[in-house]
Order: sequence, then C-alpha cells, then structure tokens
Amino acid sequence: MTILVIAEHNNSLLAPVTLNTVAAATRIGHDIHVLVAGQGAGAVTQAAASIPGVSKVLVADNAAYAHQLPENIAPLVASLVIEQHSIYSHVLAAATSNGKNILPRVAAQLDVDQISEIISVQSPDTFKRPIYAGNAIATVQSDAAVKVITVRATGFDPVAAEGGAAIVEPVETVCNAGTSSFVDEVLAKSDRPDLSAAKIVVSGGRGMQNGDNFKHLYALADKLGAGVGASRAAVDAGFVANDMQVGQTGKIVAPALYIAVGISGAIQHLAGMKDSKVIVAINKDEEAPIFQVADYGLVADLFEAVPELERLV
Amino acid sequence: MKVLAAVKRVVDYNVKVRVKADGSGVDLANVKMAMNPFCEIAVEEAVRLKEQGIASEVVVVSVGSTGAQEQLRTALALGADRAILVETDDGLGSLAVAKLLKAVVDKEQPQLVILGKQAIDSDNNQTGQMLAALSGYGQGTFASHVEIREGKVTVTREIDGGAQTVSLRLPAIVTTDLRLNEPRYASLPNIMKAKKKPLETVTPQALGVSITSTCKTVSVQAPAARSAGIKVKSVAELVEKLKNEAKVI
Repeated sequence: MTILVIAEHNNSLLAPVTLNTVAAATRIGHDIHVLVAGQGAGAVTQAAASIPGVSKVLVADNAAYAHQLPENIAPLVASLVIEQHSIYSHVLAAATSNGKNILPRVAAQLDVDQISEIISVQSPDTFKRPIYAGNAIATVQSDAAVKVITVRATGFDPVAAEGGAAIVEPVETVCNAGTSSFVDEVLAKSDRPDLSAAKIVVSGGRGMQNGDNFKHLYALADKLGAGVGASRAAVDAGFVANDMQVGQTGKIVAPALYIAVGISGAIQHLAGMKDSKVIVAINKDEEAPIFQVADYGLVADLFEAVPELERLV
Repeated sequence: MKVLAAVKRVVDYNVKVRVKADGSGVDLANVKMAMNPFCEIAVEEAVRLKEQGIASEVVVVSVGSTGAQEQLRTALALGADRAILVETDDGLGSLAVAKLLKAVVDKEQPQLVILGKQAIDSDNNQTGQMLAALSGYGQGTFASHVEIREGKVTVTREIDGGAQTVSLRLPAIVTTDLRLNEPRYASLPNIMKAKKKPLETVTPQALGVSITSTCKTVSVQAPAARSAGIKVKSVAELVEKLKNEAKVI
C-alpha cells in the first residue's frame, strides 16, 4: 500500500499545505511518494525530499506541466497509477483551487469516485468529510482499487518540513493534451500572512461599507501579524478581491484567533471559519448569528471598536 | 453554436439542514428545494451567450428525481430553449452524474457545457472536471469571466492566490464561480412561456450508462456544536480576555 501525494507548488516553492496532505497520508499508511509535476522545480523537489516520512519523490519536469494545467497533469497522474503496476492504493492532493481542479479529472480517468475534502481518516478506506456547508459530517467508505482523495488542510496538523531524505526519481512521461493553454495570472501581492496559514485572521463583511474602510482591518492585522479575509457579501460588493473570501466555497480557515468584523454570520461563512480556536465577533447588530459561534462578542460600531482595538493590542 | 447548462436540485441555500437521528442522512422532508446557486449562474451565462448572438440554442439538463423538473422549468423561464431530465434517484455520486452528462453531450454535441463549480449539498466540486476528463475536453473551472472567440473560449478563473486566465479549444467545459454574473429573476410571462417549452425525460438505461459507485456513505452526523461564548462590554475587556483568558495575543 503506497500513497501518492501530489505536491502543491508554483515551481519555486513547495506550498506548506503539502505538509498537511502528507500528514493525512501518514494516517493511511507508511509508504508515501510525492509527485512534483512542474517545470524547473528543483527547489520544490528538494523541499519535498526533505519531508520526513516521504520515501520517494517523482519529478515530472516539462513545459506542459509548468502551469498545472489539469488536461496535462491528470493523465500524468493516472498513467503513474496505472504504470506503476498498481502499487498506489491512494492518490491525495490538497483541497486547494489547484487540487480541486486536477484531482476529479484523475478520478474520472481511473473510473473511481473521488472523496472530497476529508477532515479525518478513520481507516485506510473510511474517511470523514463535511457536507451541507459543514452542517453535517459524512463518514464515507470506498471500495475503489485506488482511492482518490482531496484533503482539507485544517483537518490535519502539518508534518515537519525537514528531516527526511527521500530518493528522487525522474518521470519521463509527457502528457500534452493540446486542448488548453495558459494565458496569464494575476496574483495578489501582500506582505501579510497567507490566509490559510495565518495564526490570526481578521475578516470584514458588508458592515465595512466599502473597500477603503478595509484599511482599518489592515492596520489591525499588521499590528497582530494577521491575515485578512472577507465574507462573500464583501467580495460580491467589490470591497476586496475574491481570493480573500472565507466560506463554504471560498477559503477554509482554522486559525488560533478569528476576528469577524461587520460580518452577520451566514451559514456559508461559518462553514469556512467555525473550526477556528477562538472566535471574536464585532457587530453592531446584537442579533447577528455570528454571535452564536463567537467566544467573545462585542456589540459595537466597528468604526470605533476596530481603531481602539488596534491601539490596545 | 449549442450551449448545454447542467442544473442540480438541492436544498435551498437559506435552509439549515438537520441530521436525522438514525444517522442515515439529513432530513429533507418538507424542506424547501431550489436550483443550486452555482447552476443558476451557469444558466444565466448560457442565456447571455444566446442574447449576445454567440449561442444559437441553450439546452438545460438535470440528473435527478422527477422533482428536478421544477428546476428545469425555472431554467426554461430564465431563457433556456429546451430541457432534458435524466431521471434517477437523488444522491448519485459525481462520477455517475458525469457519465450521464457525457452521454447527453455525445447526443447533443454542444460546443460549450457550463456547470456550477459545486453543489451546496454534497460540496463535492467534481462533476465538471470529471465530465471534461470523460469527454477529453479542456476545462475552465471556477470561472469569473468567459469569452468566446474563433473556436476558443478564454476563461478567467478564481484561484487561491488571485486570478488565472486559460484558453481552451472548443468544445470545452466551464464551471462557474460566484462572480461570473448575477442571475436574473424569471418574469411572470416567461414562467408561463416556460411551461410550453419542451422537456424530455430519459433514463440511465436508455443512455447505456451504469450508475454504480465505488463509494458509500456509512453514516451522517451533526458536527460538534460550538456554543456561544460571552459578550464583552468594551474593547478593553475584549483585549484583556484575549490576552489573559484565551491567551491568543
């Protein structure tokens, strides 16, 4: 029983979420391989080989894999599963926008169902995953020869990044479907911690009134070393960019401290943050549903409370 | 060109579901059902392509029980031309749904298939990608902008770090994200007109598709409840609690 983990990376850095995915793999079995598919991703390969518990890193280096196009990566993964004489019992990827894009395509090519966003491993064939925006937790069992699974990072504490010494093996298979091509990418630049990795997250909702007012949250976040998120209402209203959305269909976060500012607390938003260790809600509407999940609620005008909070922390 | 939009009947997004006491699933008796919000965006995009003169026909398809006719009629009222219901039990896995949709794609030969990125009941986020794999088409998932020109579709996608744009050869699969468009409401005259539009029903057997699954749900439980904490009176008290009680700052 060998588990293949697809590395999440941008050709220069191994995304930390890969460590959470490997953590999930260690709950399933002990022989773990990591696939680094990309172009010129030598540093990523080294980082993957250093993860304790990983025995082998497979490297597929080709221009066709440079932008993680699923039309090219999925057949590569499927071919590895088929060609390696069925040594792979599981294929895992992080439930990131990239993992979600690629892995169902792998599952369909292997003619198996995919299990999405697991939050715990019960046994090598049984897993728990949230459904209905986290309002129910399903225990699912798979009898597929190869279990294809995406992993919700917040369900698994990351393994260490250093200490391993996996062997590195090149993969010569080149899959280039020719059906898709990369045009460009506009990535948000921020000096603040990444939302999904931040220890503290400060999020704003419709109550922020406009994008300019988010400066109050940025100031507070910078003082706390926090990441900044938003509710869907704030993103839809154009206050901030989509990559800041926390919720059922946005980012799932579980920081040590989550501060919800001017967020009413729709179930779709709660789905993305209710596993945070400590939740603070600041809202002027004392009936707002966010208070039902908050450890500390403050009924106040956020435009007075947030600057004061920034001064006092 | 022909555009196919897929829709799913799900619990209305405002409903907070309850888990059944016997752990067999969630209680859907007497619960309001609606079109999956992401599917509404898919139908809207297809209808807009027709209004722009890019699409010649918009066909909507759903895989589910007889009740899904209601959502197909809604899609027809929003501007789709005709509807197909693949009649099955509810709760099919994404792979089975993708196989059924593939059979419909083979028959209808659309140039573009638009689906919601995720259904808000199973939260799988798989069907579009699986349909793309089975069809051998390119996929533009989590789309926030779609543009069709000279046999290609350019899709701007919402990704974790920002936005990515890809170009796909047609035919292709697109799955919608929240910011692709804002769906319209159906007008009363259009709701009346939709009743007369064609709605065809087919079965998985007639399409020659096996709907077996490699996966089964063993049980469904309510999540660990999070109880409400306390209300603090001032920012100073909040800071004191966070420092000394919760010890998180």
